[in-house]
Amino acid sequence: MIHSLFLINASGDIFLEKHWKSVVSRSVCDYFFEAQERATEPENVPPVIPTPHHYLISVLRHRIYFVAVIQSEVPPLFVIEFLHRVVDTFQDYFGVCTEAAIKDNVVVVYELLEEMLDNGFPLATESNILKELIKPPTILRTMVNTITGSTNVGEQLPTGQLSVVPWRRTGVKYTNNEAYFDVVEEIDAIIDKSGSTITAEIQGVIDACVKLTGMPDLTLSFMNPRLLDDVSFHPCVRFKRWEAERILSFIPPDGNFRLLSYHVSSQNLVAIPVYIKHNITFREGSSQGRFDLTLGPKQTMGKAVESVLVSSQLPRGVLNANLNPSQGTYTFDPVTKMLSWDVGKINPQKLPSLKGTMSLQAGASKPDENPTINIQLKIQQMAISGLKVNRLDMYGEKYKPFKGIKYMTKAGKFQVRT
Amino acid sequence: MLIYIAHYHKQVITNFQCFSSLRHDDLKEMLDSNKDSLKLEAMKRIVAMIARGKNTSDLFPAVVKNVACKNIEVKKLVYVYLVRYAEEQQDLALLSISTFQRGLKDPNQLIRASALRVLSSIRVTIIVPIMMLAIKEAASDMSPYVRKTAAHAIPKLYSLDPEQKDQLIEVIEKLLADKTTLVAGSVVMAFEEVCPERIDLIHKNYRKLCNLLIDVEEWGQVVIINMLTRYARTQFLNPNMNESLLEEGSDKTFYGSDEDEDEEEEEEKDKKPYVMDPDHRLLLRNTKPLLQSRNAAVVMAVAQLYFHLAPKAEVGVIAKALVRLLRSHSEVQYVVLQNVATMSIKRRGMFEPYLKSFYIRSTDPTQIKVLKLEVLTNLANETNISTILREFQTYIKSMDKDFVAATIQAIGRCATNIGEVRDTCLNGLVQLLSNRDELVVAESVVVIKKLLQMQPEKHSDIIKHMAKLTDNIQVPMARASILWLIGEYCEHVPKIAPDVLRKMAKSFTNEEDIVKLQIINLAAKLYLTNSKQTKLLTQYVLNLAKYDQNYDIRDRARFIRQLIVPTEKSGALSKYAKKLFLALKPAPVLESPFKDRDHFQLGSLSHLLNAKAGGYQELPDWPEAAPDPSVRNVEVKDSVRAVGTVIYRDTGSSEEEERKHERKSKQRKSESESESDEEEDSESESSQTESEDSESEAEVKKKKKVLKKTHFKHSNMNICMYSCQCSFISFQAAESKPPSKPVKKDNKKEKKEMSLLDLDDCKLFFLNLFFKLSALKENTKVMALTSTISPSSALKSYEMLHRITGEGLSVEYCFSRQPFSPDANMVAVQMQFTNNATSDTKNLHMEDVKLQSGMRVKEFPEIELLPAGEMVTAVMGIDFCDSTQAANFQLCTHTRKFFVSIQPPVGELMRPVFLTENEFKKEQGQLMGMNEITEKITLDVKCRNEHSIVQRVITAANLSRVPCGSDKECRFAGRTVTSSSLVLVTVATKEEGAAKLTINCEKMVIGTMLVKDILLALTQ
Repeated sequence: MIHSLFLINASGDIFLEKHWKSVVSRSVCDYFFEAQERATEPENVPPVIPTPHHYLISVLRHRIYFVAVIQSEVPPLFVIEFLHRVVDTFQDYFGVCTEAAIKDNVVVVYELLEEMLDNGFPLATESNILKELIKPPTILRTMVNTITGSTNVGEQLPTGQLSVVPWRRTGVKYTNNEAYFDVVEEIDAIIDKSGSTITAEIQGVIDACVKLTGMPDLTLSFMNPRLLDDVSFHPCVRFKRWEAERILSFIPPDGNFRLLSYHVSSQNLVAIPVYIKHNITFREGSSQGRFDLTLGPKQTMGKAVESVLVSSQLPRGVLNANLNPSQGTYTFDPVTKMLSWDVGKINPQKLPSLKGTMSLQAGASKPDENPTINIQLKIQQMAISGLKVNRLDMYGEKYKPFKGIKYMTKAGKFQVRT
Repeated sequence: MLIYIAHYHKQVITNFQCFSSLRHDDLKEMLDSNKDSLKLEAMKRIVAMIARGKNTSDLFPAVVKNVACKNIEVKKLVYVYLVRYAEEQQDLALLSISTFQRGLKDPNQLIRASALRVLSSIRVTIIVPIMMLAIKEAASDMSPYVRKTAAHAIPKLYSLDPEQKDQLIEVIEKLLADKTTLVAGSVVMAFEEVCPERIDLIHKNYRKLCNLLIDVEEWGQVVIINMLTRYARTQFLNPNMNESLLEEGSDKTFYGSDEDEDEEEEEEKDKKPYVMDPDHRLLLRNTKPLLQSRNAAVVMAVAQLYFHLAPKAEVGVIAKALVRLLRSHSEVQYVVLQNVATMSIKRRGMFEPYLKSFYIRSTDPTQIKVLKLEVLTNLANETNISTILREFQTYIKSMDKDFVAATIQAIGRCATNIGEVRDTCLNGLVQLLSNRDELVVAESVVVIKKLLQMQPEKHSDIIKHMAKLTDNIQVPMARASILWLIGEYCEHVPKIAPDVLRKMAKSFTNEEDIVKLQIINLAAKLYLTNSKQTKLLTQYVLNLAKYDQNYDIRDRARFIRQLIVPTEKSGALSKYAKKLFLALKPAPVLESPFKDRDHFQLGSLSHLLNAKAGGYQELPDWPEAAPDPSVRNVEVKDSVRAVGTVIYRDTGSSEEEERKHERKSKQRKSESESESDEEEDSESESSQTESEDSESEAEVKKKKKVLKKTHFKHSNMNICMYSCQCSFISFQAAESKPPSKPVKKDNKKEKKEMSLLDLDDCKLFFLNLFFKLSALKENTKVMALTSTISPSSALKSYEMLHRITGEGLSVEYCFSRQPFSPDANMVAVQMQFTNNATSDTKNLHMEDVKLQSGMRVKEFPEIELLPAGEMVTAVMGIDFCDSTQAANFQLCTHTRKFFVSIQPPVGELMRPVFLTENEFKKEQGQLMGMNEITEKITLDVKCRNEHSIVQRVITAANLSRVPCGSDKECRFAGRTVTSSSLVLVTVATKEEGAAKLTINCEKMVIGTMLVKDILLALTQ
C-alpha cells in the first residue's frame, strides 16, 4: 500500500524520508514540485499526482507536505486519512507538528512511523497503543534519558494490541479521577448582501479528556438527543445502544479523544449570533474607497460574544486601508491584501465598528469584485443548538470520578457576502 | 542542569554536521563499546541520518552486531536499520537471521510476532524458504496476534518471490477461515495483494466476514468492504434489474423509439420478481452502521458499496454521511467531491436535499470550488435552477478568476440541459462580455458560442455584439470562437462578416494558430456565400496562409483553395463545397467530465484519476443468473470453536449466528424443537479461552460474555428475518442463572413482526442484566428498581405459585443477594412471573400483606401486562427482622387473588462483609462462650477440597470469604441484614474428611439455624 513517505517543508526541502518497502528514490518528489509550481496557492496542489511509476498522495498540514508514495491501486482516502492520523499523532506527542519539532524528535518520529505501518499497511494507529510502545517525550523524561541513558521505548510489552478494547491501555492509574467533556458547536453559514441567511448549519463535536483508573464503562445521555441528525463515533462507542436508546455507552480511551461529532438536523432553524452592517464602496474614477463595518449581537441568548475576529480579502486594486476601529486593532497586509480586525468582546451597548477609507491604485478602474467577510467568534457556556447532556454514569469501577461538562459555540466557516 | 543538557544537545547537533567527514569512525566506536547508552546514542544518530536520506550503509557490520542487544530501544533501532539496508548487504544480513529464528519460538506471543515481522521485512531472497516456514508456522499459532502478523508477512514474501504464490494461497485460505477480528482485516489485505482473482476462497468465509466486520479495526474494514463489493457483484443479482433501464439523470436514450419500449415491457413480463439473496441483504445491513465511522475511508468504502450494490431506494442513506465528510480536511473533501460528482450524475435525487452544502465559500481552495461547482451543475433541475443561478451570479464576482471561468462553463451547461433558463443564461453571459477581465469575457464567448448553436436565428444581435469584441479580446480561444460563429452564421450578419474578415486579414500574421485556422474557415465560408465582396480578401488570406510557418495552416490553406476556387483541375468535390462547409452542424452537448466514470469502482484511485491504476481490479458486471448460493453455507464443527473472538460493539452478530443458522437448517430436517443449551454454554466459555491476565480484563470479559448473550438474542432476530419458514426456535436463557425460560416463537409469517418485538424486549432484558452485572461488581447502589437478575450461578429458586394453582400463572422467587437500594435493611427478593396460560394477565400486584411485628415490605411495582407465554421479573424488598418468619401476602391479577408466602432460609438474612484475617480473629475473640457453636462433622466425599467447601458454604449462606493463612481452614464473615450483627463461620478440616464447624454469632437463634443449614450443605 504505502511505499514511502516524504516530508517536505514550505521551501521545498525534503527533511524526512521513510520507506516501508524497498527504497524509492527521492527524485520521485520532482513531480510533486512541478505540481506545486503550477498551483497558485499551497493548498491548490492536487492531493493525488500520477507519475510514470508511482502515485503521490499528499496532505498539507501546518505548512508541511506529507507525501506518500503509492505503487498500485489503493483507495486514496485510505492514504489521506492515514496521513492525517500521522499528523494527529505527532501533534499528540510533541504538542505541535512543526518541522523543528519533527527534526528534534526524529528518532521518536521514526519509531512511531515504524509502528504505525507494517509493509505499508496500517498496524497500530490508536494513540493509546502507541503510547504504550513509545512514550511521548516530556522535558523531564528527556532530561532523565540523557543522564541515565534510558529510553523512550516502553519496557513492557504492548499488551494493548491484544486487548478487547485496543484503544485503551491497560493498568491506567490516577490519583484524581476525572472526566471532562467539551461540547463544541460550530456554525457554518453564508449570509448574503442583504443580511439574509443563504445557508446555515451547526456542526458539533464532543471532545473528551478522560483520566480514570482501571476499565471504567461510561454512559452519557442527552436531554434532547433528537437534535443530533448525523453522528460519527469514536470506535469505542457502541452503535446498537445508540440506535436503540440514544445513549452513548463506551469504555473510553485514556486521555484526550474525540468521542463524537454530529450534525444538527437541518429542520431546526439556526440562530445566527451576530449581524454585520457593511458598506464597502468604490467609486468610478476616484482612487478612494469607503469602508464601513459595524458588528452587533443577535440571538445570543444573553451570552457574551467573545474573541471576535473579522477578516476579509480585499480586492487586488486596494493599495492601503486607513481605518479607524472603535475597539480592538486591525491590520492590513498590502501584499496579500488581507484585512483582519481583532475585535475582542462585543459590547451590546457600544457596538464595535471599523470605518475609514481605502486607497486604490491611481488610474486603475474600480474593482468589480466584492470582498467577503469571514467572522470568527466564541460564545462560552452555550451550545447554540440547545443540546444538553443529561447525565454521565460510570460502571465497572468503584471510585467516584469528578465529572465536568463545558459548552462552547464557535463560528465555523462563517461568511458574509457583500 | 538544564543548561548542561542544552549544551549537550548542541554538541550532538554539531557532531551531526561533521559526520560525513569523519567516515563514521566515532559511531563505530560507540557501537562497539559495552555501554548501552553509547550504543543507543550512536543508533539514534544513525537513524537520524537515515531519516534525512544520508547513506550509512558502511556501518552495516557494526550495527548488525548489536541485533541481540539487551536494550529494547537499541534493538528496535537496529531493526529499523537492518530493514532499511538488508537488501543492499544480503550476505551480512544473514548473520542476524538466527536471532529472529530464536524469537519465533519465544513463549511470549508479542515477541514471536515482532520476530516474524522483522524477519519477513528483510528483503533477502536466500531466506525465502525460512520465511515461508515461519509464516506457515505462525499461521497456526495459538495467538491471534501472531496470526495477524503472519497475514502481514504474506504480501512481503509474495513481493520478494512471486513463485511462492501457490503455497501462500494455501496459507491465505487457512487464515481466511480464522474467526478473530484481529486477523480478518490483515488476511483480506493479503488476499487482495496476492490472489484477488481467487474469489472462490471467499465463499465459505463470506458470512463470517460480514458479521465480524463491525469489530475489525478501521483499516481492515476498508479493505474488506472493497473486496466484498467485488465479491457481491459476482455472486448476487442486480437489485435494480426490474426497474427501467433508464437511470434518473441521464436523458432519454438518444435513439430511443417506441419499439424499444415495447420490447422492454415484454421483457419485463417475462422477468421473475426479484428476491434479494439473504446474504446480499446481510452485507448491506452489516455495513450500514459503518457510515457512522469517524474514518473517512471507511465511510467512503461503505458509500461505494451501497452505490454499486444496493437497491435504488436504499442508496439515499449514504448521501448524509458523504456530506458530513465535506467538513473534513480539504484533501478529504477533494476525494469525496470527485465521487459525489460521479454519483450525482446517476442518482441526482440523493443529493438534492443537500444542495446548500455544496455552496462555495470564498475561502475554499480553487480545486474544491471547481468540484463543488461540478456537483451543483449536476444537481440543477427545473425546480432549483433559479436558486442555483442566483448563487452562480455571486460566484462570477469572485476574485479567483479560474473559478469564475469554471462558473461560466457551469452556467453554459445548465443552460443547455434546462431549456427554460436558456435565454436567461444567455443574457447573463452577454452581460459578462463587457466585463473588465479578459479571461471572463473569453470564457463567456466560448460558452455563448455553444449556446448560440442551438438557436442561431433568434440571436443575430448577440452575434453582432460579439463581432465587435474582436477589436478588444486577445484570448485566442475566444477570438477563434467568435470567428467561427460569424463564419457559421454569416447569413444572419451579412454586412458585418466581410468587415470582420477584412480586419482579420490585416492582423493575420500576428494571430495564434487556432485563430489563423478560423480566419481561413471564415474566409472560405464567406467566399461561398458572398464571393462578390470577399473574393480578393479570401485570396489574400489564403496566400498568407500558404507561407505560414505552421504546416497545419499551410495544409488547410491548400486544401481549401482546391475546394472552393474552381479550377479545371479540381474534381467533383468542389461542387459539393457549399454542402461541406455550410452543413448544418448538431449543437454540441455539454457533458460532465464525470459522466460514465462509475465504471470504475468508486472511491478507488483509478476512479479519481479516470485511468486504470496498476493492480486495479475491475468491478465485474452483475451476473445474468445468480450463481449457486449454497456455496456460502458452512458446516458446523462443534469441536473447532472460535478462539479469542472478541466482540465489543453490539451489532447483531458473531459466530453464534452462523451456528443458529446451521441449527435452523438442521431443525428443518428433523422438525424437532429440542435443543441443548449445554452446547451454548460450553461454547461461550471456550470462546474466552484466550485468557488475559489482568483483573480488569477479566471484568471486561464478563461483560463481554453478557454482551454476547445479547448478540445471541439478536442473531435470533436475524434469523427471523432470514426465513419465515422454520417452525420453532426455542431459546434457553443461557447457563444456569435464572430458571431457564423457554420462549417459543411461532415464527409464521403473519406473526413475524410481533416476534421481532419480543426479541427486542429480550434484548433490553439482557442489557439490563449487563448493567446489573457491572453494578454488582461495583457493589454500589446504582441499581434501578426494575427487573433484576442475579449474576451468581449458585442461586436457588423457590416456588411461590405453581402454575396449576395459579391457573396458568407461575411464580418463582429467589434471593438475588444484591443490596436492595431503596432500603438497606431489606433483603431483595426477585420474582419471576411466567404466564403459561393462553390469555394475557393484567395488573399483577400484591395486596393484604400479613407480617410479624417489626417486619416491613417494599412492594414490587405493578406489572400492567403479562402477555401469554411471556415471563417478567420483578424485585421486592422484605425486612425479615433477622427472623425466618414467613411474609404472607396476596398476589392479585385482574381476575384472581392467590395467597402466597415467602420464607427465607437463614443464610439469606445476612450480607457479606469483608474482613482481614486479623480483624476476623479479633472479632471471633469477642464472640466466645455462649455466642460460639461448634459442631464436629464428616465432610461429604465430594466435598473434601477447599474449593468445594467454599462453594457450598457460600451457596448456603450469603457470606464472604475471609483470607486465611492455613489451607486447612476456611473462614467466612457476614452481618445480619437488619441488626448488623456479625456472623463468623470457620470450617477447619482434618484427616479423612473430618472437620470442625464453628459459628460465632451474637444472635444465638441465627447461629443455631445456620449451623444446621451449613452442616447439611457440607455433609450431603
